[in-house]
Amino acid sequence: MSFFKKIWEALKKTRESIGYKLSQLFGGKVLDDDFYDELEAILLSSDMGAEATLDILDRLKDETDSRKIKDRDGVLRALKAIMIEILEETPIPQITTPAVITVVGVNGVGKTTAVGKLAKYFSAQKLNVLIAAADTFRAAASEQLSVWAQRAKVKIVRQDQGADAASVVYDAIQSAKAKDMDILLIDTAGRLHNKKNLMEELKKIVRISEREFDQANHLRFLVLDATTGQNAISQADIFNEAVSLDGIILTKLDGTAKGGVALAIAKRLALPVMFVGVGEGIDDLIEFDAKEFVESMF
Amino acid sequence: MAFFKGLSEKLNHIFSKIVHKGRLSELEINTALREIRIALLEADVNFAVVKDFINKVKQKATGQEILESLSASQQVIKIVNEELISLMGGTVAKLELSGNPAVIMMCGLQGAGKTTMCGKLAHLLKKQGRNVMLAACDVYRPAAIKQLQIVAQSANAQSFEQGVSNPVKIAKNAIKEATKKSCDVLILDTAGRLHINDELMQELEDIIKATKPCEILLTVDAMTGQDAVTVASSFNQRLDITGVILTKLDGDTRGGAALSVRAVTGKPIKFCGIGERIGDIEPFYPDRMASRILGMGDVLTLIEKAQAAVSEEDLKKMERRLAENTFTLDDFLTQFDSISKMGGLSQILGMMPGAGRFNIKESELDESRIKVFKAIIQSMTPQERANPAIIKASRRKRIASGSGTSIQQVNQLLKQYEQTKELMRKFKGKGGKIRLPF
Ligand SMILES: Nc1nc2c(ncn2[C@@H]2O[C@H](COP(=O)(O)OP(=O)(O)OP(=O)(O)O)[C@@H](O)[C@H]2O)c(=O)[nH]1
Ligand SMILES: [Mg+2]
Repeated sequence: MSFFKKIWEALKKTRESIGYKLSQLFGGKVLDDDFYDELEAILLSSDMGAEATLDILDRLKDETDSRKIKDRDGVLRALKAIMIEILEETPIPQITTPAVITVVGVNGVGKTTAVGKLAKYFSAQKLNVLIAAADTFRAAASEQLSVWAQRAKVKIVRQDQGADAASVVYDAIQSAKAKDMDILLIDTAGRLHNKKNLMEELKKIVRISEREFDQANHLRFLVLDATTGQNAISQADIFNEAVSLDGIILTKLDGTAKGGVALAIAKRLALPVMFVGVGEGIDDLIEFDAKEFVESMF
Repeated sequence: MAFFKGLSEKLNHIFSKIVHKGRLSELEINTALREIRIALLEADVNFAVVKDFINKVKQKATGQEILESLSASQQVIKIVNEELISLMGGTVAKLELSGNPAVIMMCGLQGAGKTTMCGKLAHLLKKQGRNVMLAACDVYRPAAIKQLQIVAQSANAQSFEQGVSNPVKIAKNAIKEATKKSCDVLILDTAGRLHINDELMQELEDIIKATKPCEILLTVDAMTGQDAVTVASSFNQRLDITGVILTKLDGDTRGGAALSVRAVTGKPIKFCGIGERIGDIEPFYPDRMASRILGMGDVLTLIEKAQAAVSEEDLKKMERRLAENTFTLDDFLTQFDSISKMGGLSQILGMMPGAGRFNIKESELDESRIKVFKAIIQSMTPQERANPAIIKASRRKRIASGSGTSIQQVNQLLKQYEQTKELMRKFKGKGGKIRLPF
């Protein structure tokens, strides 16, 4: 399935509701306060958050005023352009090999699944992939990742539950270096960003991997569940502060959640969305494309 | 401080503006409500729910009473608080167990925290003398069965699995197995699924038909955004859930989903998950959640925790001292001990009303400071502890050298003690009833 079709499917609900509401709104001729109030309501209810919503609306108002836009299509085009601009402000980082990609996030957002999908994604590009099971905390976490390693047909480095996560990472790095791997994917335990000691553990993992493999390109991806509301901003903020993030993977866009929070984060933290998860299958990971993402919302 | 910034502080801010003015005009009500609206939205309360809520509060607030009353601000707070409480269900809801075995079915989206919650419920019920079995009906997610087995083990509960096979059959067989092993409660862990996945929703309907659960509990991540209403109403429509469990409340989420979910389903929220360990489960108290949202902190939860950590006697003593305004450094010392038993300072401060206003910096939350403070107090004479006012310069010097600390640190401790005393004074409820922060 093409990117467009997939995301089109994934965002059908979003498109249906937002698109419908918008078409009703823009159907009216007068662009008065009520109109903007309603527009605000629509954007807010897509989890875009107050700040991003107000900003977008301000910009939209400026645009439509200065360019004297009064027709429905014109306003829509202007709105889409603003949203795309926000999403594209930060360029997507290039992944040069060898790369160590550490996948982080709060509990249950889809980190392990994303690692499995990424393993397949990179293998398909004929890259040698190794994955490290650095979630040594949650029950059966490494067993879960092992299944994904099998599915993606890549090797995995793991230890028993309760082992030191940093030591798994250390092992994995040595093995990645010895075997000349192109990509090392590190799955980490879910942790709430307000838990200081767990964030320290994460910093340690990152420190060790950077120290042990300094020729590699080190990247940190934050996995965000599209169902999450404004707390996603706090997550991105604090994880970014702790381990300096390179990009976001937005999961579960196959549900009815609108994923509007991606805009708020792109705006506030200049973090690009790299991939989106649109299902539980190994191929349900697609590269993010701002234009198509925004386009499919209307 | 990261925790409880947000709605709590916002509302505090709005209301502190009103407090200064005393009387409320209609304009002021509207201003406050506009900000409450934004605050609720930022707290992830669903848009439509917010609209409803604001209308209700407005109707009540614009009545005569409020405009003519001198304590108008208090009345707005009261109305907002009452509305929040009633929206979230009013009173505490318990598990309703019936049948032998009593069957509890968990359901929810992927990653909401069902499996972990199964373990917590089992642990809780075991403590109440029940014989619990967990059944692995999530046959889709890799290693989900293994995870449930481990979780059952740590809860000292039985577990039942039949590998990757038909979940409806597994559930049915689990009942037989539970009966055989004389388990009186059976908890079914099901796979996370999207509410729009017809086939998987049908599977849940079939499990319900086959096992007749007395509780069908929807597990909802407390960080859920606007979509919480869609998810909850879809599950409720198809499965007629009996209650909701809110997970991951130990995060810094504002938890607006609690309001949304309750508003659209009408079903009670029964439990909260507050951590990753097996004992990290609490009943859901609507009034506490409301005051948490409103910035009045979670004083009651704290008291409960304090009761577990501090003996009843200690607590009574402390209450009495507070009432007599004789809270001493010895009491302060006792507090430090309880603090560590209650899971550390930051957790407690997070639950404290308006802790944000006291501008306590991250560095002051450092647990190692507590050790220093303890050492300082332990170097004081009983008189000094009982009456800190007598601790002047020379005594400070002696205490500092006696405890291996500096005079500045002694000063800090005394300042913190004064602040705490002040803070505690503010917690005194009406009618002589004291609400202790620790
Ligand atoms: N529908 C849908 N489900 C997903 C997606 N990504 C992950 N999931 C599901 O979400 C659940 C949690 O995924 P995991 O990969 O275990 O999440 P995690 O972040 O590793 O979880 P912890 O390690 O427990 O913190 C699983 O049931 C996955 O199948 C997605 O894009 N769409
Ligand atoms: Mg995981």
